[in-house]
Amino acid sequence: MSDAAVTSGRDLRDTALPDGELHARLSRTWGTGKGLIARLSTVDHKIIGRRYLITAFVFLLLGGALAAAMRIQLARPGNQVLGPDAYNQLFTMHGTTMMFLFAVPVMEAVGVYLVPLMVGTRNIAFPRLNAFSYWTYLFGGIFIWTAFALKVGPDVGWFAYVPLSGPQYGVGKRPDVWAQMITFTEVSALAVAVEIIVTTFKQRAPGMTLDRIPLFVWAMLVTSFAIVFSMPAIVIASTTLILDRLIGTHFYNAAEGGDSLLYQHLFWFFGHPEVYIIFLPATGMVSMIVATFARRPAFGYIPLVLSLIAIGFLSFGLWVHHMFATGLPQLGMSFFTANSMLIAIPNGVQIFCWIATLWGGRPVFRTPLLFVLGFFFIFVIGGLSGIMLASVPIDLQVHDTYFVVAHFHYVLIGGAVFPLLGAVYYWFPKLTGRMMSEAMGRWNFWLAFVGFNLAFFPMHILGLQGMPRRVYTYGPEMGWANLNLLATVGAVILALSFLLFVWNVFSSVRGGAIAGDNPWDAGTLEWATASPPPPQNFDRIPLVTSREPLWAERGAMPVVGGLTVDDRQVLVTTVTDARAELRESSPEPSIWPFLASVALTVLFVGSIFTPWAVVWGAVPVGVALLGWFWPKGDVEDEG
Amino acid sequence: MRRQRIVEDVSALPTYAFGTTMTTWWGTLGFCVIEGMGFALAIAAYLYLVHVNPQWPLADAPPNHWPGTAVLVILLASLWPNWKAEHDAKEENLPAVRRWLVIMSAIGFVLIAIRFYEFTQLKVRWDQNAYGSATWFLLALHATHIITDLADTVVLTALMFTRHGRGKRFADVEDNAFYWYFVVGSWVPMYLLIYWVPRW
Repeated sequence: MSDAAVTSGRDLRDTALPDGELHARLSRTWGTGKGLIARLSTVDHKIIGRRYLITAFVFLLLGGALAAAMRIQLARPGNQVLGPDAYNQLFTMHGTTMMFLFAVPVMEAVGVYLVPLMVGTRNIAFPRLNAFSYWTYLFGGIFIWTAFALKVGPDVGWFAYVPLSGPQYGVGKRPDVWAQMITFTEVSALAVAVEIIVTTFKQRAPGMTLDRIPLFVWAMLVTSFAIVFSMPAIVIASTTLILDRLIGTHFYNAAEGGDSLLYQHLFWFFGHPEVYIIFLPATGMVSMIVATFARRPAFGYIPLVLSLIAIGFLSFGLWVHHMFATGLPQLGMSFFTANSMLIAIPNGVQIFCWIATLWGGRPVFRTPLLFVLGFFFIFVIGGLSGIMLASVPIDLQVHDTYFVVAHFHYVLIGGAVFPLLGAVYYWFPKLTGRMMSEAMGRWNFWLAFVGFNLAFFPMHILGLQGMPRRVYTYGPEMGWANLNLLATVGAVILALSFLLFVWNVFSSVRGGAIAGDNPWDAGTLEWATASPPPPQNFDRIPLVTSREPLWAERGAMPVVGGLTVDDRQVLVTTVTDARAELRESSPEPSIWPFLASVALTVLFVGSIFTPWAVVWGAVPVGVALLGWFWPKGDVEDEG
Repeated sequence: MRRQRIVEDVSALPTYAFGTTMTTWWGTLGFCVIEGMGFALAIAAYLYLVHVNPQWPLADAPPNHWPGTAVLVILLASLWPNWKAEHDAKEENLPAVRRWLVIMSAIGFVLIAIRFYEFTQLKVRWDQNAYGSATWFLLALHATHIITDLADTVVLTALMFTRHGRGKRFADVEDNAFYWYFVVGSWVPMYLLIYWVPRW
C-alpha cells in the first residue's frame, strides 16, 4: 500500500501527521476511559503495572507489620503479647505474604511496567492476559488475608510441609486457604512470565539485537524462564496437597504408599528457583542503576548476561540443600553441595562487573546508588553464610535455627529489597513525572541499612547459640534475651525507614520537583518518552543503534514510521536481530478478563468447600473466556 | 519528547502471518512448555512413588489398557486431520478449514467419551492408596487438556462459520492445531506410565 493511500480513513499512518497531532490522536487510540467499567477494563501495561506495584507494596507493609508484631513478642523472654496459635499464623502469613504476595509479584510488576518501555513497544504482549493476571493476584491476596482476619489464617509455615499440613494434623480449613492462595499466585505469575518472554522475543524495537537488550530486560527474561520451569512444581505440590485434604487421595500418606518427602522435593524444586526469581530482577535493576550513576555503559555486558543465564540454570540444581536434614543419600547431597557453591561463581562475576563499572566511571552518589552499595555489602554477607550452609555438616548443626533466618533475610532483603528500593527512587520520576526527595532518600537508606543489620546480624549468633526458628517465646535461662532485644530495636529502626519511604513517596507524588523525560541522563529507551509516559508509550517506534540508544543518539532520535494511528498496532520483530516483520494489532480494553478472574475466584474459593465447585464453577469461567475471545468485529479482532 | 527523524517505513508490512512470526504462536508454545513441565513433574512424582514402594501396582491387577490404547490410536490418527486443518488454514482455504475443524471437534467428543470410560477401567480408586491417587492424577491431568482443547476447537469451529472466519482467525486455527500436537505428544509417556509400568 502506498503512502498516499494510507493517509485517510481508518488506515491513517503515523507518517502522515505532524508530531503534535500524532501525539494527541495516538493518546486517544491507546488511552483508558474514565468510568469504573473503563478502569476495570484497562489493558495498559503501565496502569496494570502501577496497580501491581501498589498492591505488592501494600502486602509488603502488611507482611512487615506481622514481622514487627513477632519482634515485639520476642523482645524479651516469656513475653505474652502473642499466644502460640497467633504466632503460628503470624509467621506463616509473614512468609507467605512476603514470598508469594510481595517479592515475586513486585518483581514482575516492575517488569510489566518497564519491559515494554525498555524494548520500545506500545504494550506488553497479551495485554488482556496481563489484566487477568493482576485481578487474579489481587483476589488471591484478599482471599488469604480475609481468612487470616477471620482466624482461619494458615499456621503451617510458608512451605506447609506434610504431614503437618495434611489431613491428619492440619485440621480445619487453614492449610486449604494456603494451598489455594498458591494456586491464585501461580496462575498470575505464569501468565506474566509468558507475556514478558514474548514481549522480549517479539516486540523489541527494530535494531535491538540480542546484544543490545537492556540488562534489566535480560534479567526479567531469565526470571520468566525460571518461573515457567519451576512454578509447575508448586502447582503439582499444592494441588496434590489439597487433593489429599479434600478428596482423600494418599500422595503424602505413608500408610498407603505415599511419601512426605515427595512434597518437599516438589516444593523446593520450585522454592529454590523462586529465590532467584526474586533475586535476578534485582540484579537487573542494579546493572541499570550502576551504569547510569557511574556515567558509563556497564562493564562486561556479555559476562553479565551469561551470568544471569548461568544462575538461571544452576538455580534448578540446588533444591535439595533445603533437605539436607532429611537423611538423603550422601552422594546426592555432595552433588547439591557442589552446585550450591558453584552458583557463587556467576554471582561473583556480576559483583566484580558492577565494581569495575563504578571503578571505571565517575560515580554520582544519589539515593539509588546508595541502595545499590548497601546491597553489595548485605548481599555478600548473605552469600557467605549461604556458602556455609551449603556444607552439610554446618547445615545439620544450624538447620531450623535463627542462623538460617538471618541468612535468608540477608539474601532476600539485601539481595532484592535494597535494589528494589533503589529502583523505586530511580524510576519513580518515570512513573510520576516527579522526583523523590533526595534528603529523605538518604535518611531512608541509612535508617534501613543500620536497622536491617541491627535486626538480622544478631540472629546469626542466636542461631549458633541454638535458638530455633518459629518458637513463640523462650525462657530467660537460655541467655538469648539481649540479642533478641537488639534485633527488635533494629526491626523498629527498619520499620521507621519504611514509614519514611512511604512518606517520601506520598509527598513526592504531589510536591516533588518536576522530573522531565530523562532526569538522570540515562541511556535506555524508557527515558526517551515523557514522564509519565503517554498511553502509547512512543509516538513513533524508536530504531535502536546501540546498547544505550539515548547516549548514542544525542540529536534527533531515529524512528520507524508506518504504523496505524486510529487502531492499536504494535511492531513485531524477529527474535534474534529484531528486524521489523509485522504490524500486529494489539487488543482493545475489555471487561472480560476482570469477569473471568472473578469467576475463577469463585471456583477456587468454592473448591475448598466442595470438589463440585470445580465442575460447576468451570461454567462461568468458560462463559467469561468466551466473552473474552469472541471477536467484536473491530479492526483489532479481524486483523 | 525528543525530536525524531524517520529512517525506516514499515507501512508495507503485513498485519498477520503464521508460525513463529506471530506473538500468539510463542504464547501457545509458552503454555505448552508450562504444561509440559507439569506433566514431567507429575511423571517424576509417579516414578518417585514407584521407587519408594516395594510393590507396584498397589492393587490386585493393573488397569485395563484397552480404552487407553484406543485413545492412543485415535490421537495418533487425529494427527492427519489436524495437520490438514493447519495446512489449509495457512492456505486460507475456508471450506476446507471448516471441514477439518468439524472433524477435529467430533474426534474430541469421541475421545472424551472414551476417557470417561477409561476412568472406570483403572481397577483402583483415587482414595484407595497412593498408586490409585497417582494414576487418577495423571489421567485427569491429560483429560483436562483434551477438554480444554476441545472447548477451544468447538468455539473456533463456530467462529469459522460466522463472518469472523477470515484473516487473523486462520492463524488462530494454526495455533489450535499446534496445541493439539502437544496434547497428542503428551499422551504417549502418560499412556506408557499408566498402563505399562504396572505391568512391567
